[in-house]
Amino acid sequence: MSRPGPFRELSNGGGVSWTGLPECSGGTLVASTADELARGGRLCAWFGLPERAGVRLVAVVAHDAENLLLVGRSEPIQESYPALTPLQPQAHLFEREIREQHGIVPAGHPWLKPVRREPGSEPEPLRFFRVEGTEVHEVAVGPVHAGIIEPGHFRFQCAGEEVLHLEIALGYQHRGIEAALPGGPHRATMIQMETIAGDSTLAHATAHASVLETLGGEEAPLRAQWLRALALELERLANHTGDLGALSGDVAYLPTAAACGKLRGDFLNLTALLCGNRFGRGLVRPGGCLHDLEPERAARLGDELRRAVAGTLEAAGWLWESLSVRARFDGVGVVSSERAQELGLVGVAARASGIVRDVRYDHPAGWHRFAQVPVTMWPGGDVFSRARVRWLEVQRSAAFLQEQLAEPPDGPILAAPPAPSPDTLAVSLVEGWRGEVCHVAITGADGRFLGYKIVDPSFHNWTGLALAMRGQAISDFPLCNKSFNLSYCGFDL
Amino acid sequence: MSVLDPILHRLRSGCQTMPYPEGPPPPLPDRHGGALRVDGAKCAAGCSDCLPVCPTEAIRRPSPDGPVSLDLGRCVFCDACVQACPPKAITHSGEHRMAVRRREDLILGEPGREELRLAAALETKLRTLFGRSLRLRQVSAGGCNGCEADTNVLGTIGWDLGRFGIQFVASPRHADGLLITGPVTANMRLALEKTYAAVPDPKVVIAVGACAIAGGPFVGHPQVANGADAVVPVDLYIPGCPPHPLTILDGLLRLLGRLPARDAAI
Repeated sequence: MSRPGPFRELSNGGGVSWTGLPECSGGTLVASTADELARGGRLCAWFGLPERAGVRLVAVVAHDAENLLLVGRSEPIQESYPALTPLQPQAHLFEREIREQHGIVPAGHPWLKPVRREPGSEPEPLRFFRVEGTEVHEVAVGPVHAGIIEPGHFRFQCAGEEVLHLEIALGYQHRGIEAALPGGPHRATMIQMETIAGDSTLAHATAHASVLETLGGEEAPLRAQWLRALALELERLANHTGDLGALSGDVAYLPTAAACGKLRGDFLNLTALLCGNRFGRGLVRPGGCLHDLEPERAARLGDELRRAVAGTLEAAGWLWESLSVRARFDGVGVVSSERAQELGLVGVAARASGIVRDVRYDHPAGWHRFAQVPVTMWPGGDVFSRARVRWLEVQRSAAFLQEQLAEPPDGPILAAPPAPSPDTLAVSLVEGWRGEVCHVAITGADGRFLGYKIVDPSFHNWTGLALAMRGQAISDFPLCNKSFNLSYCGFDL
Repeated sequence: MSVLDPILHRLRSGCQTMPYPEGPPPPLPDRHGGALRVDGAKCAAGCSDCLPVCPTEAIRRPSPDGPVSLDLGRCVFCDACVQACPPKAITHSGEHRMAVRRREDLILGEPGREELRLAAALETKLRTLFGRSLRLRQVSAGGCNGCEADTNVLGTIGWDLGRFGIQFVASPRHADGLLITGPVTANMRLALEKTYAAVPDPKVVIAVGACAIAGGPFVGHPQVANGADAVVPVDLYIPGCPPHPLTILDGLLRLLGRLPARDAAI
């Protein structure tokens, strides 16, 4: 839709003509984007698209309450533009990324450090923000951690036990996913989307498939959209249950940790019942799904789901009444609602800071246009709230699944989409279990990708973890980290 | 809640650890299909339908008239080739056992090599050292968290890896070997080399998943090394994307010679 200024309107799962988007100077796009964010918008994506004449900036802003997305672009920029970060801190990582990927300098950005350290790039000394003082000491952790967990580096500035500042340096998992996409989709593209973050296979696969369906101009059959919605909730159940167990493990409350560790596997097995793979690989493809849920299988899924959910509710229910758990969860790792807004946090972390923010509700696409899941919200912003939001979401996902299994839509599950239309920009948002997964594709004259941007919820939320640690005892880091449970590979791409 | 609830729950639940390996293995999901079997002799003349559908280019045709050759190490088990093969030369074997000691044992297709050649146990000396107590350090070097999660699950009460004396430890100094996931990104290469060097000799290295074996979905990207054996010597390869926990457990027990004769057969 047309509106004055540099932006064009669209809704989730929509597309606009790329060549028809107005062009403005970098400064104008920054000022207009800052205005929209100040009016209550949220930055979904802010990235560069290289062209012969320079690098274009592309902005995707969400107005959640209005179910509206705005996209805008700048003229090609050669060297520098005035940074958005000083006006709106939620842009800070996006602008570090633009500088790293394209060499364009967002002038006035306070901390232009590389985000992923692209191999072969100019080696820059890794500097860390440092607190000076004779009583201050520094703690460095990672990249290789204790336990079966992905690599990342954490640098703490501490006064005694108290953390004054935490800086998180990632990039160790960088596999070059975005760089491989121009000219695509290629034959490996779909399985790369499924492995952006293994625990969010279904969220990223669904976002990618719907971007291609938007570009092709044809939705997936309804039954496929229904299957995707089911699978997405199974993914949420598995991960939330695993997180509740891991949180109990981190405060040495072992009954819940032991039970939920096993129950998580039971939920993964339900995804495998649907498609053979515990993470949902091979289920979602552009144009639909590859596996159907025939009545007997659906009945079995419903029965086993009921059992697993009952087990989870029993085991995780102990958490709320065990004083030793409450003492360790309450008031630890607080992110205030204002901070969460300012940083543009998404998903569980945002909802646990009292923000109503859920793509399934704010920007319904696919099956969520017909069937809603109530938004879960808890004020407080501490570890307790993040655990509580998961606990409530387990119940709501389970109720949604049972409701949906009772009334399946008929029809085919796959219809190959037409070839992507040329010169189009398409956006897809999906509420993965961590939060908003955002995929933006731009096609050229030949219908192939000119550029493709992936924003994992972790990209928004890692800074939330860093702020949650301020003033906290360093020994609470594992607990705070687990309460966010962010993805390293989803961030590193 | 009563403070007794968790205890009563525990008593009610009884032992939740699976009977395997004394009892039968838990069944794979029916749509999993297990390992692949490639009967090159069944390839129709001039047919190359499976080549273009493979997302990781795991299938090749070494000679134009010869049979196809499938590298199960590169395979992400997406099933596209099985669906595309008209004469059913590529089929599911339903087999969860997939671990091999040598990379070439994962190449399928030639007559006599239709299926993978399962791993033999460690040599007697190493088996004496590690057979009843193996400590592993896990390194994720670009893994997507899939292989990590399905390795982690072996520590839960259902699988209880500890009963075999196998444990994941926090420091390479405490470890007898590494379990590597991910294609080894350029940014993790140094950390992996240092971790490997920090493990005292003798040591074993286990590569889990298509990424760690051959780069998986990211094979050929300049940001990755196409597998762990480009950086450190590998003693055991466990294919999958990710491998089912049962496949990983089979691999670990196979290496240690801890499987009952029924499952150990090579």
